[in-house]
Amino acid sequence: MTVYLIRRLMQAMLVLAVMSVLVFLGVFAIGDPIEILIAADATQREKEEARIALGLDRPLIEQYWVFVQNALQGDLGRSFVFNMSALQVILQRFPATFELAMVAMLWTVLFGIPLGLWAGLKPDSFSGKSIMAGSILGFSLPSFWVGLMLIMTFAVVLGWLPSTGRAEPETHFGITSSLWTAKGWSHVMLPSINLALGQIALVIRLTRAGVREAMLMDYVKFARAKGLSQRRVIGVHVMKNIMIPIVTVLGLELGSLIAFAVVTESIFAWPGMGKLIIDSINLLDRPIVVAYLLMTVFLVIFINFAVDVLYSVLDPRVRLKDAGA
Amino acid sequence: MTETLVVERLQTHFFTKAGVVKAVDDVSFSVGRGKVLGLVGESGSGKSVTGFSILGLVDPPGRVVSGAIRFKGENLVGRSEDDWRRLRGARIAMIFQDPMMTLNPVLRIDTQMIEAVQAHEPVSKDVARQRARDALGQVGIPSPDERLRSYPHQFSGGMRQRVAIAIALLHKPDLIVADEPTTALDVTIQGQILAEVQTLARTTGTSLIWITHDLSVVAGLADDICVMYAGKVVEQGTVDAVLDHPLHPYTNGLLGSVPSRNKRGQPLQQIPGMTPSVLKLPPGCAFQARCARVSAACAEPIAMQEFRPEQFARCIHPHRDEVPA
Repeated sequence: MTVYLIRRLMQAMLVLAVMSVLVFLGVFAIGDPIEILIAADATQREKEEARIALGLDRPLIEQYWVFVQNALQGDLGRSFVFNMSALQVILQRFPATFELAMVAMLWTVLFGIPLGLWAGLKPDSFSGKSIMAGSILGFSLPSFWVGLMLIMTFAVVLGWLPSTGRAEPETHFGITSSLWTAKGWSHVMLPSINLALGQIALVIRLTRAGVREAMLMDYVKFARAKGLSQRRVIGVHVMKNIMIPIVTVLGLELGSLIAFAVVTESIFAWPGMGKLIIDSINLLDRPIVVAYLLMTVFLVIFINFAVDVLYSVLDPRVRLKDAGA
Repeated sequence: MTETLVVERLQTHFFTKAGVVKAVDDVSFSVGRGKVLGLVGESGSGKSVTGFSILGLVDPPGRVVSGAIRFKGENLVGRSEDDWRRLRGARIAMIFQDPMMTLNPVLRIDTQMIEAVQAHEPVSKDVARQRARDALGQVGIPSPDERLRSYPHQFSGGMRQRVAIAIALLHKPDLIVADEPTTALDVTIQGQILAEVQTLARTTGTSLIWITHDLSVVAGLADDICVMYAGKVVEQGTVDAVLDHPLHPYTNGLLGSVPSRNKRGQPLQQIPGMTPSVLKLPPGCAFQARCARVSAACAEPIAMQEFRPEQFARCIHPHRDEVPA
């Protein structure tokens, strides 16, 4: 286990190092931020001074080296725009995105697994087929369009839910969240549903496939031959087996929900990281872009690791050995 | 003596898109208390489906179409799922072919045994655990306390089958349906398990239906024998009568195919041809295409006939007064 952890940690460090080079090169290729940051009528001399102040006059290698040295001390640079630590700017936005992703995850689990279970147990029924047809829509409709339709329906026509923004967060029991209030929930409703639709469709299909496969296994028949109720056969024997792939996918999806809620956050003006990264790319605010991407990589690596550990809890045949990758 | 189980003219059909598969077609037999019935046939002869029918475990698109399954005098056909559930595992137990597949890989042995106890008796977990431990001891598993906390993958194949047998014995059932339980095990383990099961059946008065394709297993274990071919019983009688003086050419061919009965250096005998497709069985004898004694009359439906006391065959050209090949 210890060897496994160390190995995983080293892998993570390597991925982060490679990623930092790629991101740095990529951002450098996008363009010169000075042209955007400085007023158009600035003199050549003023531009030069700004360039020196931001360290943009030095060769790329040197810039990268400075960045790495600072990064190792926990400093991912200062935002050109906000004139604050880039990491700090991102972390300010993180709770909003995390909250949105968690609520979307909640819908995914709450609707995806039961619907998938039903479709898997009654594959030939009308309801089962309807669920599958619905999941195809969930997959294939572009999320920006669904987002607009949601706003049209529930905010404009029916007027039930607010279309944009996030309610003022409150702090209870040491947790700051906008979800402590009903208003908070009404604000998070539309964007989280928008974000969750694709995930729900995915989980429905995954659960259905798992259930249909598991129901044919001998252990299900044997469990029934023991005289167990259908409820226990499905709730314990089948569910525990199909949870293994579902947890994997949910883990990976949580990572991507947090990292790439860009479209949804833009549509619903949700003040999270996704909106921040779009704004930062438009303004060529390099430190934010670099810090954001590195944090995303870190997050995905961390979630993957957590999923691996969960695996060994769910499946007794999996032991975290140093051979595992 | 009252019979534990009487099966009368049982028909189990599968309604597939390609047509109706008569997996079990007009099968009748009975098993007395403490007796062992060998149900013999090759793959696809309907012997497993017969076994599942007795436990009410035939899955759609299959179902019992007609006939009666009288268990201790009561007909089980047409009973509610809840009635079946109360019977399964308690009064009628089943052991499956592949011990690698019958135990749920993600649940501990104690979970799988305790739930089997509690499915039929309202006892506490501790009492159930005690029962499980005793059952494991009974089938010869060393240090049962420790083994209860193991997962199936930590057992060998033979040990797993013992666990499955222990589960079947938990409620001291009146009947155990064993579907090729030793086929997946190596010969030494096979012998041990056969001997143990035989002793258990004798001491507890449990009746056994032993489904197998292995005539040598039946020879040493069973009291009566039923030979199935393409969904029909082609020959039945006491084990001595059927094995020593087979009537049906198919039984004869099966016996002739046992390698140890052939002379050394001679090519092994086999039954020519292949099992007919269950979708388009001929109206008469299903074996006619492979039979050396076939005549025009074989194309007509043939009834079961008693040729010797307590020995029946579905054939119009039986091997009478002949030494088997």
